[in-house]
Amino acid sequence: MIDSKRLTHLERLEAESIHILREVVAEAEKPVMLYSVGKDSAVMLHLARKAFYPSPPPFPLLHVDTTWKFRAMYELRDRMARESGMELLVYQNPEAQERGINPFDHGPLHTDMWKTEGLKQALNLYGFDAAFGGARRDEEKSRAKERIFSFRTASHGWDPKNQRPELWNLYNARKNKGESIRVFPISNWTELDIWQYIHLNDVPIVPLYFAEERPTVERDGMLLMVDDERFPLKPGEEPVMRSIRFRTLGCYPLTGAVESEAKTLPEVIQETLLTTTSERQGRAIDKDAGGAGMEKKKQEGYF
Amino acid sequence: MTDTLDEPIYKTDALIAEDIDQYLEVHQHKTMLRFITCGSVDDGKSTLIGRLLYDSKMIFEDQLAALEADSKRVGTQGQEIDFALLVDGLAAEREQGITIDVAYRFFATEKRKFIVADTPGHEQYTRNMVTGASTADLAVILIDARKGVLTQTRRHSYLAHLIGIRNIVLAINKMDLVDYDQAVYDGIVKDYTDFAHSIGIKAFTAMPISGFKGDNITGPSANTPWYKGPALIEHLETVEVDQVSDQLKPFRMAVQWVNRPNLDFRGFSGQIATGTVRKGDAIRVLPSGKTSTVSRIVTLDSDLDEAVAGQSVTLCFTDEVDCSRGDVIAASDNPPQAADQFEATIVWMADEEMLPGRPYWLKIGTQTVTATIQQPKYQVNVNTMEHLAAKTLELNAIGVANLSTDRQIVFEPYETNRTSPNKVLGGFILIDKITNATVAAGMLHFSLRRAQNVHWQATDVTREFHAGLKNQKPAVLWFTGLSGAGKSTIANLVEKKLARMNRHTFLLDGDNVRHGLNKDLGFTDADRVENIRRVGEVAKLMTDAGLIVITAFISPFRAEREMVRQMMQPGEFIEVHIDTPLADAEARDVKGLYRKARSGELKNFTGIDSPYEAPEDPEIRIDTTAMTAEEAAEAIIARLIP
Repeated sequence: MIDSKRLTHLERLEAESIHILREVVAEAEKPVMLYSVGKDSAVMLHLARKAFYPSPPPFPLLHVDTTWKFRAMYELRDRMARESGMELLVYQNPEAQERGINPFDHGPLHTDMWKTEGLKQALNLYGFDAAFGGARRDEEKSRAKERIFSFRTASHGWDPKNQRPELWNLYNARKNKGESIRVFPISNWTELDIWQYIHLNDVPIVPLYFAEERPTVERDGMLLMVDDERFPLKPGEEPVMRSIRFRTLGCYPLTGAVESEAKTLPEVIQETLLTTTSERQGRAIDKDAGGAGMEKKKQEGYF
Repeated sequence: MTDTLDEPIYKTDALIAEDIDQYLEVHQHKTMLRFITCGSVDDGKSTLIGRLLYDSKMIFEDQLAALEADSKRVGTQGQEIDFALLVDGLAAEREQGITIDVAYRFFATEKRKFIVADTPGHEQYTRNMVTGASTADLAVILIDARKGVLTQTRRHSYLAHLIGIRNIVLAINKMDLVDYDQAVYDGIVKDYTDFAHSIGIKAFTAMPISGFKGDNITGPSANTPWYKGPALIEHLETVEVDQVSDQLKPFRMAVQWVNRPNLDFRGFSGQIATGTVRKGDAIRVLPSGKTSTVSRIVTLDSDLDEAVAGQSVTLCFTDEVDCSRGDVIAASDNPPQAADQFEATIVWMADEEMLPGRPYWLKIGTQTVTATIQQPKYQVNVNTMEHLAAKTLELNAIGVANLSTDRQIVFEPYETNRTSPNKVLGGFILIDKITNATVAAGMLHFSLRRAQNVHWQATDVTREFHAGLKNQKPAVLWFTGLSGAGKSTIANLVEKKLARMNRHTFLLDGDNVRHGLNKDLGFTDADRVENIRRVGEVAKLMTDAGLIVITAFISPFRAEREMVRQMMQPGEFIEVHIDTPLADAEARDVKGLYRKARSGELKNFTGIDSPYEAPEDPEIRIDTTAMTAEEAAEAIIARLIP
C-alpha cells in the first residue's frame, strides 16, 4: 500500500478556495473581487494570487469606500494593489458624499448609504456579474446557511428560501442578464483558520490588528480610536492613550477596539483563542434588528 | 445546568497560554473531517451540534449571554439552555422552531477541524440532505432512544448510502430519557443492523448518547458503564477520511483554466480529483487521447515534485498539447473513458418536474454539455426502498434513468459500493436552460453502447414463468480471475454438479464465445469491455429464460463487472473470484500464453502488460492455493443453493 499524504485542514481549505476562484474566472463574464482591506480580504487576495500564479489574478479589486475607514487601511489597500499587479477600483456613493452621511450623525443610514447602496451602484456601474466576498460561515448565523455561489436578482436581492443546491464541488454559475452572483471562496474558514494561514504564509495585514499605544475614547461601552481630526469629541471627552488592537476592522467610528498587549501574530492568535467574546461583538451592525439583523441586511443587498 | 457540563477534555487551554508557538505547530498539522447530521424533527440534531460547539468552546460569552436570554424567551427546554437556538439560524425558522435548510457549522479539537452540515429531517427536504451529504466523509444518523428506528431513519440511511458515505455513526440519542437502559439500546442496534444490511450498508458505529446531558460526547459516560465503544468526538477524531482512498486511485484532474500569462508559459490549472501526479509522469489528455509528460507542478510558493488528490495545482507539459477547460488530464496508462449515453441515478431538486426528452445543461467536473433524459426505469420510494414505475421525477424524487449527452464526456462510474465514490467524474448536476436553476443531482452508473433506442417488446410469458417451469431461481455465477487460474476447470465442475441436481444451467466460456459471438473482437481495452458487455447481455437473456448461467472470463476490469452486475436483477449476480497468485498461474501456463506474452509475441495480456483489477468484495472468493478444484466447486454450490 502506498503511504498516502494526508492534507492538513489548511491545505484542504486552501485547495477548495482556489478551486472556487478558478471556477468563477472560467465561467463568469466580468468578475471582481470586493476588497475591504480586513484580514479576511487579505487571505482571499492571497488565495487569488496563488490560484492564478504566475498570472496576476485576472480581475480588478473593488473597494466600496465609506471615506471613514482607518488611515492605515487606505495605505495597505494601495500597497497590495501595486504588489499584486491588479487594477484597483475605489467607489464612493456620490449621494452619500453630497449629503455628508457619516457614522456620528446618521446611525444605520451610514451603513445603508455608503455600503449597501454604494455596492449596488458600483456593481451596476461596471456591470460585474460575479463578485468575490470574504464572508465566512462561522461569522454569523444567516451566513452559515448561505451558499458559496450566492445568487442575486437584478435588484441585488437575496432569497434565503430559494437558494440553488450546491453539490460536491460543482458550482452553477449560470444566470440571466442583469442577475449576478456573490461568491464566497473562504466560506468554510473559521477566524482561527484565517489567523493561522496569515501566520504560515506571511500574508500582509493592517498594523491595527497588532497592539500599540493609540488615542482612544470610551463611548457606549465601546473603545473607539480617534483616527483623525474628523472624530467629534463630546463635551468632557479627552482622548486617552491605551495599548489597543482591533479584532475586526470597519469604519473607525463604528469599530470597537480591545485593550491588548499582543504585538506579534502568535500573541494575537493566543489572545484570540483565550478570548471569551465573539469577533463581531465589536461591530455595531449586528445589533440593529435583534437576532435577525444581518439576515435582513443581506436581503436588502448588503454583502 | 446539568451536572455533566465539566471542562471539555479535548481542548488544551494550558498549552495556548504557556507556549503559543508550540500550540500553533501542533495545530498546523490537523486534518479535516466533514460530516452531516441527520435525524427527524425532534431527534435533537440542533441540540447535539450546539453541544459540540459549546464543548469545544466555540461559543463566546456574549453569544452565551444571548443564548441564555433566548432560551428563556423562545427556548423549548424551560429554564435550561436550549443549544438548538445556537444553530437554527434564519429568522423564519426560529419562528417555526425547525431547521429548514443546510447550515454549516465549524469546530475543532486537538486533532481535527470539523465542518458539520446540519441537514433537515423532513421528507420534502431530501434535496437538502443530498446536498449536505455530497461533501461529507461521514454521517451521524440520530435516533431518539424512545422511538427507535423510524421511517425517517431508514430514509436518511438510504440517502447517505446512495451518495456514497461509507462511515456511518448511529447515534442513539436521548438515552437520559430511557434511564440509560442497555436493553433499549441493544434492541435499536439490532433493528438497525437488519435494515442496514438489507440496503447494502456493510458497517456502522453505534453509540448511546445524550446531546442534552452530554453523555458519550467527549468521553465515556458514567451513566453507560455497559458501553465500551468510543465517545462521539473520539470516533470523529480518528475515523479515516475518503481523501486517503482517493489518493490510491489512478490520477485524474479536470482542467479548470488554462494559465497563459505570456508566450513562454502555458499551464493547466485544476484540483486533483484522484491519485498522485509527479514531475516526469506520462499523462494523457482526454477525450483527445493525446499524451505528454509533466514538466512542472507550479504553485506560488515553489514548484512541487508531486501533488495528491485534493490539491489545487497548475501542471505544465513537455510538449505543446492541445488541452482546454473541460478536458481531463489522466495517468497515461490508465485513463478514464468517454461516452455519450449512460445509466444514472437522478435526485430531482426542482418544483417543476423532470421532462424526459427536454434538453438540460449537464455539468460534470469542468465539462458542461447538453443532456436529455429518458423516461425513468423506476423511482425509488425512499421510505421503503421499493422500486416504483414512474413517468417522470418530481421534487425530492429519486430514480434511475438513461440519459444521453450531445457530445462525449469523460467520466467514471460514481461507484458507491466498493470504495470512496468517484465524485468529480461521476457526480453531475442538471441545470434548467431557461431559469438556470440547479434542478437535479445525479450519479453515473455506467455507459451504454449503441442500440439503446430500440424499444422493448413486451412478452406474455414472463421471466418468473420461465423460472417457475424450471423450478429454480435464475442466477449468474460470474467467474473472474487471471488466465490459467482455473476458471474453466472449476466452472465445468460446477455445471456438472448442478446438472446432477437437475438444475438447468448454461456455461459461457471465454474462449468458446470468442470463436463465434465475439470473433470480431480483439484484446484492446475497448474490445475487452465490449466482449464483457455482450456476454453480460447474453447472460441476462438466459436468466430471463430462467437459467443458471455460469461464465468463465478473465473480465479484468471492475467497471465492466459492475456494469454486468447492474444489468441483472438484484441478488442474481454472484461474483466468483478465482484467486491465484500471478506467479502460480504463470508457472502452470497451461496454454503457453504467459511465455508468449513475456516474449512480446502476445500483446495486451492480462497480468503482464494489461492490468487485472481484482474484485474488492466478491460474493465468493476461491483461494486456489488453499483448495482443490473439486472443493472449490462444492463451496460455490453451497453458496448458490444453501
